[in-house]
Amino acid sequence: MRAPVSWLREFVAIPPEQSGRDIAERLISAGLEVETVDVVGLGVDGPVVVGQVVSIEELTEFKKPIRWCQVDVGVANGGVRGVICGARNFSDGDHVVVALPGTVLPGGFAIAQRETYGKVSDGMICSARELGLGDDHDGIIVLEAGTAVGADAKAILGLGEEILDIAVTPDRGYALSIRGLARELAIAYDLEFADPGLALAELPAPIAGGKPIECASEDEDACALFTVRTIQGFDAQASSPLWMQRRLLDCGMRPVSLAVDVTNYVMLELGQPLHAFDAAKLQGSLRAGHVAAGSKLETLDHIDRSLSADDLVILDDRGAIGLAGTMGGFATEIDDSTTAIALEAAHFSPGSVARMARRHKLSSEASRRFERGVDRVLAPYASARAAALLLEFGGGSYVGMTAVEAPYEPGVIAMSVDEPSLLAGMPIASDTVIELLQSVGCEIAASGSNLHVTVPSWRTDITDPANLVEEVVRLVGFDAVPSTLPKAAVGHGLSKAQRLRRRVGLTLASRGALEILNYPFVGEAELAALRILPADARYSKVRLANPMSEEQPFMRGSLLPGLVAAARRNIGRGFDDLFLFELGAVVRGSVGAQAPRPSVEQRPDTEQWLSLNMMLPAQVTSLAGLLIGNERARSWSSADRAYEWADAVASAQAVADVLGLHFEVSRAADSTFHPGRSAQLRVGDAIVGVAGELHPRVLEDVGLPARSCAFELDFDLLVLAAVDSRPAPAVSTQPVAKEDLALVVRDEVPAAQIQAAIAEGAGELLESVQLFDVYRGQQVAEGSRSLAFALRFRAPDRTLEAAEIALARQAAIDLAAQRHGATLR
Amino acid sequence: MSGPNTSFDPKQVSALNAESVQAVVSEALAAIANCADLAALKDARLAHAGDRSPLALANREIGALPPAAKAEAGKRMGLARQEIKAALDAREALLLEARDAQVLTEEAVDVTLPTYERPVGGRHPLTTLMERICDVFIAMGYDIAEGPEVEAEWINFDALNLPPDHPARTMQDTFYIESADSGVVLRTQTSPIQIRAMLDREVPIYVVAPGRVFRTDELDATHTPVFHQVEGLAVDIGITMADLKGTLDHFAQEMFGAGIRTRLRPSYFPFTEPSAEVDLQCFVCRGQSIGNPERPCRTCGSEGWIEWGGCGMVNPRVLRAVGIDPEIYRGFAFGMGIERTLMFRNGVTDMRDMVEGDVRFTRAFGLEA
Repeated sequence: MRAPVSWLREFVAIPPEQSGRDIAERLISAGLEVETVDVVGLGVDGPVVVGQVVSIEELTEFKKPIRWCQVDVGVANGGVRGVICGARNFSDGDHVVVALPGTVLPGGFAIAQRETYGKVSDGMICSARELGLGDDHDGIIVLEAGTAVGADAKAILGLGEEILDIAVTPDRGYALSIRGLARELAIAYDLEFADPGLALAELPAPIAGGKPIECASEDEDACALFTVRTIQGFDAQASSPLWMQRRLLDCGMRPVSLAVDVTNYVMLELGQPLHAFDAAKLQGSLRAGHVAAGSKLETLDHIDRSLSADDLVILDDRGAIGLAGTMGGFATEIDDSTTAIALEAAHFSPGSVARMARRHKLSSEASRRFERGVDRVLAPYASARAAALLLEFGGGSYVGMTAVEAPYEPGVIAMSVDEPSLLAGMPIASDTVIELLQSVGCEIAASGSNLHVTVPSWRTDITDPANLVEEVVRLVGFDAVPSTLPKAAVGHGLSKAQRLRRRVGLTLASRGALEILNYPFVGEAELAALRILPADARYSKVRLANPMSEEQPFMRGSLLPGLVAAARRNIGRGFDDLFLFELGAVVRGSVGAQAPRPSVEQRPDTEQWLSLNMMLPAQVTSLAGLLIGNERARSWSSADRAYEWADAVASAQAVADVLGLHFEVSRAADSTFHPGRSAQLRVGDAIVGVAGELHPRVLEDVGLPARSCAFELDFDLLVLAAVDSRPAPAVSTQPVAKEDLALVVRDEVPAAQIQAAIAEGAGELLESVQLFDVYRGQQVAEGSRSLAFALRFRAPDRTLEAAEIALARQAAIDLAAQRHGATLR
Repeated sequence: MSGPNTSFDPKQVSALNAESVQAVVSEALAAIANCADLAALKDARLAHAGDRSPLALANREIGALPPAAKAEAGKRMGLARQEIKAALDAREALLLEARDAQVLTEEAVDVTLPTYERPVGGRHPLTTLMERICDVFIAMGYDIAEGPEVEAEWINFDALNLPPDHPARTMQDTFYIESADSGVVLRTQTSPIQIRAMLDREVPIYVVAPGRVFRTDELDATHTPVFHQVEGLAVDIGITMADLKGTLDHFAQEMFGAGIRTRLRPSYFPFTEPSAEVDLQCFVCRGQSIGNPERPCRTCGSEGWIEWGGCGMVNPRVLRAVGIDPEIYRGFAFGMGIERTLMFRNGVTDMRDMVEGDVRFTRAFGLEA
């Protein structure tokens, strides 16, 4: 809402020394967010005066027609001056705006006497744009006839007017009007407020024998008040006065015609949307109601709309002629030949207008106001004001008013006078509470500490005691509220999952990984490139109805697509060696059956709560990493070293270490990964992830370098399995016995299984076993390899004897031989 | 002990006389002084102080001396051996020092050579900033609450006093899960976590809820459709707006330094009443830049205050929707944008830096924002 300060001052006597900025401060304190204070015609300086065109000489010898004008700017300003002008929208005798030499116009454009088109031009006749009054450059400004010649044009044009641009929150429908804002200022400055919404404009008596257009409401819930005033003999050619046009422009609306300008003007002033129909184009009476679904209506924006049975429309005997409170119909629009006007002013319910505006994707100044709540009783006052203006500037005669209205009971709210004080945490005197509520328009009946508050008709937002409390505390001022702390809460610290997320993030980062936070949107093409197919659990079925891009309409079921895209961006920017990771939510499965919406009047019962949650797709936390290029760059001391499958597995194992887990590793069968170079990771029987080299075809398709590696883990499963409390080890101080062991096994036997057999066979005395060499070559049979292990034995209570070490070693060899055909090399 | 040697034995032992001993010592000292390295010194020690050295051999003859001469010869021999040992030790110390000096010089490297072979990693500054915020509240006894990103419309809107036709729903441009009336949305705010916390926990409730939220804004320098918020909620007996102010002041001071204040401006959110915008006193200029063209402040645009978030007292309607009696309990809630906080706190000028995953961005922050 843009509010010219001069308009506000018409209704509340703000001290003249208060600037727009001062006024803005007061409104901000009252909760109205003034975004800017604009000044009209900022940058106009010097003598800009009213002139009257005495004579026009057309100069035709130039590329475009030019006028050499003699303009009388008043004796005090030097009388008649010659001025060159390129505009043609004026005639002899017209009153125009002349910037005299010495004037500076916006942009630092200085006016001086100068020679042009063979004449000496002694000033400039101005357009609106040249004065910073708007974008209108169709011609120069022509003032009303009779404007005093030689007078200062800046005042007449409203130059220097300050305009407050206010972002009105959705609860404050009443503040979408000069009336509402002026009331807030009257409270802020503690001044009298002459409410223009409660003063009925004087109209002439209806003409004898006139037939005002009849009206009716066919849906009293959606339209509780409907009024029509009829005017005839109206001059549609008459234009609205300059001051009105000026204010409409200041408020960001374009002047159109007298009838439209007046309805807009009154809407801005009082907050009541109005609509003027050409009465001659109406068939029968005006009604608010509904039409059959599929009925058609061409609205003023020339869009043919198909109506819903729920749409609240204005009808005449032929059908829908307008969307109530939203936009009028084209067929009944006022035009230059209109002589009779039916002026509609009504109250439409917020819900019906909101639904309609949303359904037709049509938000207008009118619908914005109705959605936020218009004063329930304002319509006849606003239409009287509008009718008076129409008659004043368009002539014609008043035929009369018809109206229908459902009974209206203002809201009454009971509250304790202590409530504001208890909520704010500071004393607020009862008298203060009552005075403040009265200042916003409430009527109060007090009995002891109980107040019965009658809510004013324009405050549709006040429905609960909490709203009244808000009004009081807001007007006392939030600055007055002290600063205290609640009594200390008893907390539990981080949850297991929260703690482990932090640890794992730190661990990966200290291994050189960089955390990325990707958007969770993916598309089919990305998934296909990663060979994540519809049958895959990582292929999310959850699709957005209104995605940012049709290329990425799905919620991700894996973190890999996002990491791949980020890696490509980095490579594109010249960073080829990357270890990226993300820890975040992924979506699995699909959306369940829609749950009924519980009432908000009470706690949902267990079943309702369950069904609300069952409707949601499974959402799990995933942890993924992507390793590309070199782990280490070439340096002065060593050659470069590329990331390989083992680094991906090692990173995953490092995560397991943090969680006190150990992954069982076996060959993975994951379509995204290289089938021979990727590991499935298990904790017990649960598969928790995959790590290794990405599938060569995947790398080709997504455009990443060959041999790039990745891992992805189900973090929720890991947290579940993570050891919560770790048992202390028995630290033996007995000496260690070291034994090496090389076993020859067939290639297809995984090393992890040999190691497991050794560990099991060697028994309790084995402290650790570590594979330290893999050998293939002449000394080992084709299709086999030698695996060398370092074994450490130690007893808790004694020095081991050679014989028992030999026994344990042999038992390890025997079990590996028995299970996997291993032979001692 | 043998008896006194009363019968004088005139046997002479030439090796023990003073001249001979002096000659041996002189020879030894000369040899020691000539040792060029530790190996030569080792040989010299053997030759002049070893078991077969002239002095050691001469020493054996002491027993042959008459008792009266023994003491004198013994004293002479002792002094001679002491002198040689001292010379050996001194020479050894000198040679050790020389050797060390040479070896340590030879082994010296250029310690300014680069030592990081593996690039350092880092966590996303939004993550670490959220953790930091959470830690402030953990210390005040709050728990960290969480909720799903794909959320029921009822929880994201209805229970928060935003019924279906409420104009405030259009304040937040919502992503809907297909189909558009599925009743499922991407949460537009962290506030649905309030609802979950109040339904899952017993009062009193003190929680902070960090999380990712979604609105259909195009990505540009100051907007992103996916961003993060941290929400706070306290529900207890006797909670006041003063408590809200105090909590925000404490929060601001922990994050931005002692003495930093907050300011509340009336505003509107359906789930709080009253509602307010939270402004943070500029932690860079502390208001010194207001009306002071000599000292402009880029962080606050010389306004002295920075818009930080929203807050308010929990609307009794919200409490009713989760079955908490508003006649007994009151609550406050607040929420801040993490991207916005990172922007003004750390001087991030373009929102896109936070979402594009450029390694330079995350790496610059390391493990702390």
